Amino acid sequence: MKLHEYQSKQIFAKYGIPIPKGRVAATADEAKQIAKELGGRVVIKSQVLVGGRGKAGGIRLAKSPDEAAELADKILTMEIKGLPVRKVLIDEAANIETEIYLGITNDRGARRPVMMASSAGGVEIEEVARLTPEKIIKTHIDPLLGLRDYQARDVAVGIDLPREHWQLFGQVTKGLWQAYLDCDATLAEINPLVITAENKLLAVDGKMLIDDNALFRQPALSEMRDLDAEAPSEIEARRYGLSFIKLDGNIGCMVNGAGLAMTTMDIIKLFGGEPANFLDIGGGAGADKVAAAMRIILADPNVKAVLFNIFGGITRCDEVARGVLVAMDEVKPKAPMVVRLVGTNAEEGREILANAKMITADTLADAAQKAVAAAKAGVPPKGGYPHEHFD
Amino acid sequence: MSILINKNTRLLVQGITGNEGMFHTQQMVAYGTNVVAGVRPGKGGEWVLEGKVPVFDSVKVAVEATGANAAVIFVPARFAADAMYEEADAGIPLIVCITEGVPVQDMMRVRNYLDQKAVRLVGPNCPGLLTPGEAKVGIIPGDISLPGNVGVVSRSGTLTYEVLYALKLVGEGVSTCVGIGGDPINGTNFIDCLSMFEADPHTEKVVMIGEIGGTDEEKAAEFIASQMTKPVVSFIAGQTAPPGKRMGHAGAIIEGGAGTAADKVKALENAGVRVARHPEEIPSLL
Repeated sequence: MKLHEYQSKQIFAKYGIPIPKGRVAATADEAKQIAKELGGRVVIKSQVLVGGRGKAGGIRLAKSPDEAAELADKILTMEIKGLPVRKVLIDEAANIETEIYLGITNDRGARRPVMMASSAGGVEIEEVARLTPEKIIKTHIDPLLGLRDYQARDVAVGIDLPREHWQLFGQVTKGLWQAYLDCDATLAEINPLVITAENKLLAVDGKMLIDDNALFRQPALSEMRDLDAEAPSEIEARRYGLSFIKLDGNIGCMVNGAGLAMTTMDIIKLFGGEPANFLDIGGGAGADKVAAAMRIILADPNVKAVLFNIFGGITRCDEVARGVLVAMDEVKPKAPMVVRLVGTNAEEGREILANAKMITADTLADAAQKAVAAAKAGVPPKGGYPHEHFD
Repeated sequence: MSILINKNTRLLVQGITGNEGMFHTQQMVAYGTNVVAGVRPGKGGEWVLEGKVPVFDSVKVAVEATGANAAVIFVPARFAADAMYEEADAGIPLIVCITEGVPVQDMMRVRNYLDQKAVRLVGPNCPGLLTPGEAKVGIIPGDISLPGNVGVVSRSGTLTYEVLYALKLVGEGVSTCVGIGGDPINGTNFIDCLSMFEADPHTEKVVMIGEIGGTDEEKAAEFIASQMTKPVVSFIAGQTAPPGKRMGHAGAIIEGGAGTAADKVKALENAGVRVARHPEEIPSLL
């Protein structure tokens, strides 16, 4: 889960990291009021969960409260990479002398968190890594020991930070580490951390990603989720504990297991079709969950055919079949359905669906080919397809 | 023959009295696995499965009483890290964690702790192990695979079943199947399993099932090219996955341009691995 800049910076501030004075506004009037309180120049920053805000015109400098209102009004009606801007952050403008990158993330390969810093701050770290990798200083942190003081000093030396800033930099790195730990972050990033003309350190921008698996113990962070950043179908899916991602194709997929769900998408594509979604109903899904999954798939107007690929293990094929019937009764889908049931209680599942006018398939390849053909043919012939039997 | 588990494995089930723990313990016992103990704090002294399996309050006591030498974990995600520490501290050399959704920071601490001990962890978020005809530890259905000489290692669950089933349909048997799990930080990786299969005299060929995210498949490709004499066939799931989206598994995500299926397929093919276009093609490539 992604946090907004203003949310991330508020967390950073709690851990002793200096941030600019500022507040969030949802209207031009609020923006004007905040700018007035701050006095002087302010930065108006769109709060959307995508990169490239500056390039899109979503970050602007205002010299007066009136200009702040005018710019906030503009930005609040923008869409950046498809996401509507609902809030702007009004920050006191900093007099930037030097820009530093500082971040902590999980290094999968090393199985440890890694702190990264660079004197080439202010641009995306991936860019720096591509063009001037020697400018990135990396320090792995022992998860059982935590960040040590000497490691923070090594990083400061590594990015040629003037000595006068070492002490505060140490406080910033420690604060960032503690925030990363306490919030179950997978990324905690300050970009840029600036040295101002007044010779102070300031976290001008901030970003945090939170581990979805840890949200059960992060209730305050869970409430910060921005639902605008997700398709409504994805929000609905999460409510039912389904793992769903909307895609652009026309073949809806319902599968148990993430790896098999990805494979089902792949094989549809291999046979010339386009998947409309990734959907993993998870292990041991009951009829309710299956019915919810089916409603979500069929709510997509692009869907011209649906492929069910269920390999029963913990999941029982008869339960899935019952859920499919419930949903079909409710939604009355026009799109043809291809179903493949293998494994636990597959026979019972097939019997339940015997009168449901679905196209059946034995193998994964067979199922994919039939789904692709059905999507191309459009709606099924009157009376449905002739029922086919399993061996 | 096999790696990691066989008919002599003495298995302890952590979380045996829960729904999943109980159901799968029944399945494991029915398959012939030697389940010697269950652990559920507060229920020590009880017996389950018609008096066949004793329940203990702690892993330490269970190990002392039964000589358990492997453990499987079915406890909820919030308790999983503690279960792994407890088993490692009780001296169990093989821990299999089925639990899905363990926070990644927990796993970093667990993995770094376990690395200091002589403990092998498989998982978390994995289907476990199956040595056909001998034992199964975890949730892989027993009836979809025959004993044989193909070693199978996979990051996935049901996709693994799909492959086992496809092998069974053409009469190919399996020495051991290891589900290493779909999380970014896990206990056992591809290279660990490939080197065990290479050393196992009864494994003649290997199937490796990977997916998008991370670089473990690329590292495995290097290992195969330099260290393996046995043939390897592979399949990589997620060729059509969009970047930046987590495809169900916490570890299955294309980030910053890394972890794509195309990169993995290329690395494997360069290492002489035959990569199937879809899982049902695997048997014909073996």
